[in-house]
Amino acid sequence: MLKLVLVNLLRNPLRTFLTMASVTVALFLFCALGGILDTLQEAIKVGSESRLVTRNKISLVQWMPISYRPRIAAVSGVKRVAVQNWFGAQDPNDPHGFFAQFAVDDTWYAVYAKDMEIVQASPPMAQAAIPDGVDPKLASYLLERPACVVGEALMKKKGWKLGQTITLTGTIFPGSWPFTIRAVYRAVKKSFGEETMLFHYEYMMEKGLGGQDWAGTYILELSDPSLAGAVIRGIDSQFENAAPATLTETEQAFQAGFVSMYGNVPFVLRVIGLAIVFSILLIAANTMMMAIRERTGEYGVLKTLGFSDGAVFGMVVIEAAVITLGGGLLGSLGAKFLVGGATVPGGFFPPMSVYWGTVLTGIGIAVAIGAVSGLIPAMQASRLRIVDALRRVE
Amino acid sequence: MASVDVQNVVKLYRRDAEEVRVLDGLSLSVPEGAFVALMGPSGSGKTTLLNLIGGVDQPTSGDLMVDGTNIAKLKGPALARWRSRSIGFIFQLYNLIPVLTAIENVELPLLLVPMSSAERRRRAKTALDLVGLGDRLKHFPRQLSGGQEQRVAIARAIVSDPKVLLADEPTGDLDRKSAEEVLNLIERLNREFKKTIIMVTHDPHAAERAAQRYHLDKGVLSN
Repeated sequence: MLKLVLVNLLRNPLRTFLTMASVTVALFLFCALGGILDTLQEAIKVGSESRLVTRNKISLVQWMPISYRPRIAAVSGVKRVAVQNWFGAQDPNDPHGFFAQFAVDDTWYAVYAKDMEIVQASPPMAQAAIPDGVDPKLASYLLERPACVVGEALMKKKGWKLGQTITLTGTIFPGSWPFTIRAVYRAVKKSFGEETMLFHYEYMMEKGLGGQDWAGTYILELSDPSLAGAVIRGIDSQFENAAPATLTETEQAFQAGFVSMYGNVPFVLRVIGLAIVFSILLIAANTMMMAIRERTGEYGVLKTLGFSDGAVFGMVVIEAAVITLGGGLLGSLGAKFLVGGATVPGGFFPPMSVYWGTVLTGIGIAVAIGAVSGLIPAMQASRLRIVDALRRVE
Repeated sequence: MASVDVQNVVKLYRRDAEEVRVLDGLSLSVPEGAFVALMGPSGSGKTTLLNLIGGVDQPTSGDLMVDGTNIAKLKGPALARWRSRSIGFIFQLYNLIPVLTAIENVELPLLLVPMSSAERRRRAKTALDLVGLGDRLKHFPRQLSGGQEQRVAIARAIVSDPKVLLADEPTGDLDRKSAEEVLNLIERLNREFKKTIIMVTHDPHAAERAAQRYHLDKGVLSN
């Protein structure tokens, strides 16, 4: 009887293919949208328990004085304090190819030493003083003010080479900004991302702010993660009545703040995903019903031969499930392997993740679509009176 | 013993508010191994009677004993099972499944009994050999002539070795030569294999092959 199901599937190969393809596309979109939600979840996980972020309490885009740094470093539990400033320039050769650039101090590389490894580096032209905890391969970078460190994925995407001088057009800090690529990093954890450019904070201050010294964010490394609460209180209480006051939070909370700026986007994505699935359900059900209607006489003949109503019911449901499950597997697994791992432009988010949970949900939905879309025609076929079915033939 | 015993069967159809009495207290007894022809004008109830005997439809009242079973009392899966074992159908338009080959069409009734695929294939081949189509096993219906399609349908009807064959205008769609071949085959099934055959036909020439002929008009049977 399964052979009968198979030959019925191949009876109109184009229709079967198009129906399966529509389910594939629907489930691909569902899982890809689910992947965006998964990636947003992944983005929140970026960050270490050992790191905190201190920023201007009023707004992330407001500065803090550099004089806060030693006071923050003096708080018990703080091992290191690094500076990280958003730069926000554009590549004039690719103005729409947005990527993140941060101006950081040397300590920053020590704070993030476990999250990245330097895989390419120009040899230094002189002896460089390597700060504690910083990879010695950054020596050439450390010696050169306009040097930069670029993520491996960004290098590949832009076709840049080690030692190349690139020029960006400043937006927040207008003008042409030449940088020389002196090192390339690879992320140790996928969530760290490889589409970011890092350069000297001093370069940004000298060229962009006329030598003024400001910090956008301070990245703190803790000596003991369990001290996070106490350190947060210790820092923010210091500057509570200062101008500006500070807001210190865990790195994950800081990331979550970015995700929350997307507001109801996750809800909207879920609604879109469900709407897609529902539309495909209707299409698959309609196609199945058309196919069954064409075979009314044959089902009458099968029943005449002795096939029970249950057997006919089962054949129709299985046929629907094969189409939708086949399409569902292709779409869900396609999203996992084609979309998963893709880099999100900008470097704000880790590479796309499509969790296996999302894939299994997609496959489950495909099976449900098959069962439901096959249910009505299956019930019609099983309830068909033989005399009526045979009359339609003759 | 009668193979088919129809006792006072009434069949009513309701069309909107109107009630149509297709069979009106009809009784018929067909001995085992008999070859009976049913003739009559269109709308006389011939096909309805055949459908009732075959368990494809249910009488409004009356009893139907076929091969020792009162099929008027059977319902659903039990009736389907009985049908698969006891009745072979031969339709006017053959009603083969177009996407299955000749042998796959003939195997269909055997899917309903526990049997290995090799045994199923062997029996289907035997049935096709019997109807003279042993060299057309892998042909699809569209690759066969009308007469050949009807012979495949006959092979399908006999493959599970039912005692009763019901033929509804088996030569209605065939040319004279093919019709003769099919009638010869049906006669052989009756003569050699002792199948009880009830055949509905408009064709007097076909009806002559039967040992007994009945005339049905407005739901009433006469000899």
